[in-house]
Amino acid sequence: MTGPDAYSLRLYVAGQTPKSIAAIGNLKQICEQHLPGRYEIEIVDLMKDPALAMRHQIVAIPTLIRQLPEPLKRIIGDLSNTEKVLVGLDIHPK
Amino acid sequence: MTGKVRANLGDLPTIGKSPTGIGGLDEVTQGGLPQGRPTLLCGSAGCGKTLFGITFLYNGAVQYNERGVFLAFEEQPEDLIKNVGSLNYDIEKLIAEKKFAIDHIEIERSKIAEAGEYDLEGLFLRLGFAIDSIGAKRVVVDTIETLFSGLENEQLLRSELRRLFDWLKSKGVTAIITGERGEGTLTRYGLEEYVADCVILLDNRVQDQLSTRRLRIVKYRGSAHGTNEYPFIIDEQGITVMPITSTGLAHAASSERLPTGIPDLDQMLEGKGYYKGSSILVSGMAGSGKSTVAAHFVNETCASGHRCIYFAMEESQHQIIRNMHSVGIDLQKWVDKKLLRFSARRPSLFGLETHLATMYRDVTEFEPIAVVIDPMSALLGAGATPDVHSMVLRLVDFLKARGVTALFTNLGVVSGEDATTEIQISSLMDAWLLLYNRESNGEHNRQLYLLKSRGMAHSNQVREFIMSSNGIKLRAAYVGPEGVLTGSARLAQEAKDQAAILVREQEMERRSRELERKRREIGAQIDILQAQLANEEAEVDLLTSESAAREDQLAADRVAMGVNRQTRAKPDKVATKPVHNPKK
Repeated sequence: MTGPDAYSLRLYVAGQTPKSIAAIGNLKQICEQHLPGRYEIEIVDLMKDPALAMRHQIVAIPTLIRQLPEPLKRIIGDLSNTEKVLVGLDIHPK
Repeated sequence: MTGKVRANLGDLPTIGKSPTGIGGLDEVTQGGLPQGRPTLLCGSAGCGKTLFGITFLYNGAVQYNERGVFLAFEEQPEDLIKNVGSLNYDIEKLIAEKKFAIDHIEIERSKIAEAGEYDLEGLFLRLGFAIDSIGAKRVVVDTIETLFSGLENEQLLRSELRRLFDWLKSKGVTAIITGERGEGTLTRYGLEEYVADCVILLDNRVQDQLSTRRLRIVKYRGSAHGTNEYPFIIDEQGITVMPITSTGLAHAASSERLPTGIPDLDQMLEGKGYYKGSSILVSGMAGSGKSTVAAHFVNETCASGHRCIYFAMEESQHQIIRNMHSVGIDLQKWVDKKLLRFSARRPSLFGLETHLATMYRDVTEFEPIAVVIDPMSALLGAGATPDVHSMVLRLVDFLKARGVTALFTNLGVVSGEDATTEIQISSLMDAWLLLYNRESNGEHNRQLYLLKSRGMAHSNQVREFIMSSNGIKLRAAYVGPEGVLTGSARLAQEAKDQAAILVREQEMERRSRELERKRREIGAQIDILQAQLANEEAEVDLLTSESAAREDQLAADRVAMGVNRQTRAKPDKVATKPVHNPKK
């Protein structure tokens, strides 16, 4: 799963809010569709560890960070706008 | 009944205040910022909003045991710490002691893509975490409006801001929210809509190339507050707000006296000097000795062990000290003893209000009994005349309220009755000394006149003012048939008078010698006459005795003849005498 084109994504949420649940669902769907087999999603609940919000400069919830491939990219929102997510993650749909 | 009402009034809930520890601001706000509520601090760039915020937190942590969180949107924590290091705010130490926390929030639109709905729960979490981790009571959010440029969804931001301020209130923290001044509004994004309890406006106006910082409390719900614009300064000692605009005329008047340092001048003021807490104006032309009069007063005040501040507007401390040596005054020793403080600042260094605020700060800090402002007229260089007038008025009120005796010098051409000052402050002054420098007979001579001295019987004489290496001496000016004479004219006239006196004295002596001579002459004549008289008396005596003898002889002869003729012619009388002794 570690390839040159592998995606490492981290999604920051705060508890089980509708927006967080929607974001998780949307992200999974987009990844399955556009990055099958070459993605990794880590979901961080800041309610459990608020210090991480400071450390990782999180302001808006939900925030998606593309850690790999470089460079780091940030997308905020419930990821309902697929097009913007793809642009933000630099994924070119086939 | 009234007592009960009063008691009830006292029991009414009032809002708590959180002192800022900023000199003057707590007086203007009557205690500080509303406790447990957010305060909006707005102003344009460079007004000192961030510094206000940090000072609020620093003082809270150091003086009031209230820890604080600084939420920075604009500056990196390292920069903030460095920026206030010059004020001796050791933020790093406070952070290590868990009394202070800084969180920097970085938002850059170009690095963030928005895809769907979001909220700012992350911000809440971070702030909540920072507050809870150190148990903060104070929060500064500087400047939250940055979010508007970092995020697209303004509508969402507005609802989130409202939520944030409500949340801060529910947390019970005293917060300062800073905001950039907008066109026609207090803040660019209308934060005043959300923060309604207390709004403070900072301003930095530039007039004639001189900037003046001002502060105004736009509103303060549930509390009385000063409504004027108050000047404030930011310098190495932090922020000082000058809480006076005009303090009214309620100051107490002291009947204590302060000697002027010039014994002859004391003599003119009932022998005691100026009233303590009064304002004295010394005006005169250049070189008429205004500063020297001031220095005598300072010297005397310090010599009696009191503190004094010398606000010098045109000369440096060293220059004044050096110059006063020439009249035998050593001011340096008072500086060394910390009784005298010099505050030498060019009027053009900053605006009038800033001068006022600086003086306020110096006076409240050093607590002098007397101050000298030398020369006050130099302040004209720092503002327009009405402004200077208003500034001096406030300064006089402030000093009077504190019972500080103030001696102002004023450079100006003055001539007797139509004496005025350019700044029109003579009516504010309790005593006014006029120093003339009059030309006559090819030389200028100094004269002093006490134009007024409220509340005491003072001399109305024009005195000649002489500066020597032993200080100032006042001599009664020579008033003679040729008018008022001073300087060498006086000396010449005095010499003339001396000569006339000498001549008169010599004449007197001559006259008395003459008299003595005459007395002796007459005495001698009397002696001669008396001698003559005595001679004549003696002669008369002799003649008398001779004639008596002759009578006897004649009688005896008659008896003898009778005997010879044998007739007894009345012999009984003669017979009693011895006949044989006729010559006796």
